[in-house]
Amino acid sequence: MKHIISLLMENESGALSRVAGLFSARAYNIESLTVAPTEDATLSRMTIVTSGSEDVIEQIIKQLNKLVDVVKVLDLNDGRYIERELMLVKVKATGPFREEMKRMSDIFRGRIIDVADGSYTIELTGSGSKLDAFLEALDKAAILETVRTGASGIGRGDRILKI
Amino acid sequence: MDDRTPQISGAEILIRCLQEENVKFVFGYPGGAVLNIYDEIFKQNHFKHVLVRHEQAAVHAADAYSRATGEVGVALVTSGPGATNAVTGIATAYMDSIPMVIISGQVPTPAIGMDAFQEVDMVGITRPCVKHNFLVKDVKDVASTIKKAFYIAASGRPGPVVVDIPKDVTALTAVFDYPKSVEMRSYTPVIKGHSGQIKKAVKLMLEAKRPMVYTGGGVVLGDASEMLVKLVRELGFPITNTLMGLGGYPATDKQFLGMLGMHGTYEANMAMQECDVLVAIGARFDDRVIGNPQHFFNKNRTIIHIDVDPSSISKRVKVDVPIVGHVQSVLAEINELLQADTKRPEAASLKTWWEQIEAWRSRKCLTYAKSTEVIKPQYVVEKLWEVTKGDAFITSDVGQHQMWAAQYYKFDKPRRWINSGGLGTMGVGLPYAMGAQLAHPEAQVACITGEASIQMCIQELSTCKQFHLPVKVVNLNNRYMGMVRQWQEFFYGNRYSESYMDALPDFVKLAEAYGHVGMKIEKPSDVEAALKEAFSPALKERMVFMDFITDQTENVFPMVPNGKGLSEMILAEEL
Ligand SMILES: Cc1ncc(C[n+]2csc(CCOP(=O)(O)OP(=O)(O)O)c2C)c(N)n1
Repeated sequence: MKHIISLLMENESGALSRVAGLFSARAYNIESLTVAPTEDATLSRMTIVTSGSEDVIEQIIKQLNKLVDVVKVLDLNDGRYIERELMLVKVKATGPFREEMKRMSDIFRGRIIDVADGSYTIELTGSGSKLDAFLEALDKAAILETVRTGASGIGRGDRILKI
Repeated sequence: MDDRTPQISGAEILIRCLQEENVKFVFGYPGGAVLNIYDEIFKQNHFKHVLVRHEQAAVHAADAYSRATGEVGVALVTSGPGATNAVTGIATAYMDSIPMVIISGQVPTPAIGMDAFQEVDMVGITRPCVKHNFLVKDVKDVASTIKKAFYIAASGRPGPVVVDIPKDVTALTAVFDYPKSVEMRSYTPVIKGHSGQIKKAVKLMLEAKRPMVYTGGGVVLGDASEMLVKLVRELGFPITNTLMGLGGYPATDKQFLGMLGMHGTYEANMAMQECDVLVAIGARFDDRVIGNPQHFFNKNRTIIHIDVDPSSISKRVKVDVPIVGHVQSVLAEINELLQADTKRPEAASLKTWWEQIEAWRSRKCLTYAKSTEVIKPQYVVEKLWEVTKGDAFITSDVGQHQMWAAQYYKFDKPRRWINSGGLGTMGVGLPYAMGAQLAHPEAQVACITGEASIQMCIQELSTCKQFHLPVKVVNLNNRYMGMVRQWQEFFYGNRYSESYMDALPDFVKLAEAYGHVGMKIEKPSDVEAALKEAFSPALKERMVFMDFITDQTENVFPMVPNGKGLSEMILAEEL
């Protein structure tokens, strides 16, 4: 099953490679991984999207906790959470596509953030599956380029990951 | 501290840190990137520097020093090739959770990333085989980093920590201020076990009808032997040790069923399979220990698992009562609860269980065909045990001889058996013996090895000479990489591909060339006399290399073939 794991780690050089190295050394799946500093500059927050059986996920959490630089680990799937990802899609905007792409972007609540003669760049945020759905809905021939940030996750209500 | 506080170089700070940590030996090898450090070593006399002949041996020797004493082992190597040579030693220590600090030199900070002479990304290379590692970029961080390194290495589940120090950092100056203690918000190892879980475990133990205790290296590393003995004797339970756990419980005690696992005893493996309550302590259910996990699950049993590392729990085998904590602290709490409780396991069921165990034991799975013609390797180990009165520090290399050492040398005390269980590194035996001998100068130290393994670190005969280490090498010379040959015999239709050891040196002459005593023993009737001579007062100060020419065809039994279950052993008598 897909799991979203959030963690706080010391903002030290090499910290990211310890996490990435752990996943490859132990052959764990990694769908996406995002990392950036938090409001506390000494800490980085990472969101990892992974999948595996319950046993594997349990091991992943334990192994992450074992890394000396990792301060806290939370499996967001243990409770209610929100997941968001940002995607930028460059699409053809010539002929009939020009109207069609604008319409699709509106339907999915995207924003056109760059307009050129032959193309639009659409910005879209949402859960991973919403972004997938948007790409599905577009005419394949219209997609020139896509870039996604990978998911960020946060617990709902008073589920707070902080030290 | 004010402006007048004297500033000293990073190299001197490092030396002062090692002094603060009460380090007695540093095993190492110099080179360009660590010259500033070696210059400071020249000027001090707080610790002894042991110059090895290859960096791999420096790490192994420091590792054995730690295993034999419980202290943190320290090794020092230069950048580039010095660092890469150390990696096998580091990985070996990592797999067996040995507390160590390895200091490696690095090219000067401005040269990092420039493919400088003797530059290698040590932090990157060692990341997967250390507990943690550091690159020290600022001389002001040297002291606090070394403090953290020692703390991380020794606490929680121990392990090696690498500290990579660029050359300019050892030359620049700072004020020396060694922290008294360490606080790391990201690293807080658990010590005390959950008391509710501990109560549950005690209740289960008291209700057990077919109990079994299985302990590993954690008991030895955690210095929990005494408490373990108390617990096991109090309850009258049978007990087995893993290869890493030998000596954790006295092997000559009647409750001890011998080692378990791939080459474990029939009684230990059967009891593991058939018990109703299994108490695992400081052990990790690894593949060489329980064989095929599927087969292990065919029988129902309740498992209690005590370990300091949460990630060791339920990794290969689901357990019912996990207890995360330092084994010493958890066992102390269990013993207290037992003392306060008048209940004891039902005597009648325990008696029936012991009768069953005695029936398994009566198969005498560790017998071998005696011979007056050719030296049986098991016989040499048995005699070694007798001659050293079971009280030596025994190191081994990897192969058949390692298994025979584990099976036939009965370790009654912890930290006496020093071998590479996890990584299975050939070549550790001789440097391990050096580390053990330096730790215990008066003790008898023997290295049980094979003619293939010993050649992997043979250059250390020179180190033994320089430091007057009277190690006794027991070379079980079967002219084969015996363990490889055994697998080829069993599973590859006797095709002995590249496992014959051709062109062997004359080990007697070799030992003599290094200034040691060499002996070649070819007849069973000479075995005992040779061992007695080697351990006699006349040779107490000398290193002795005993080359025992042993039976080429001998195999290690019992054996659980790869992928089979614990109760599917092959016994010697069945072939
Ligand atoms: C560094 C290393 N290389 C290869 C192996 C694989 N291996 C395991 S046992 C063995 C043979 C050891 O032969 P020897 O030292 O003569 O001991 P014996 O088995 O004959 O007692 C080999 C090659 C290993 N464990 N370590």
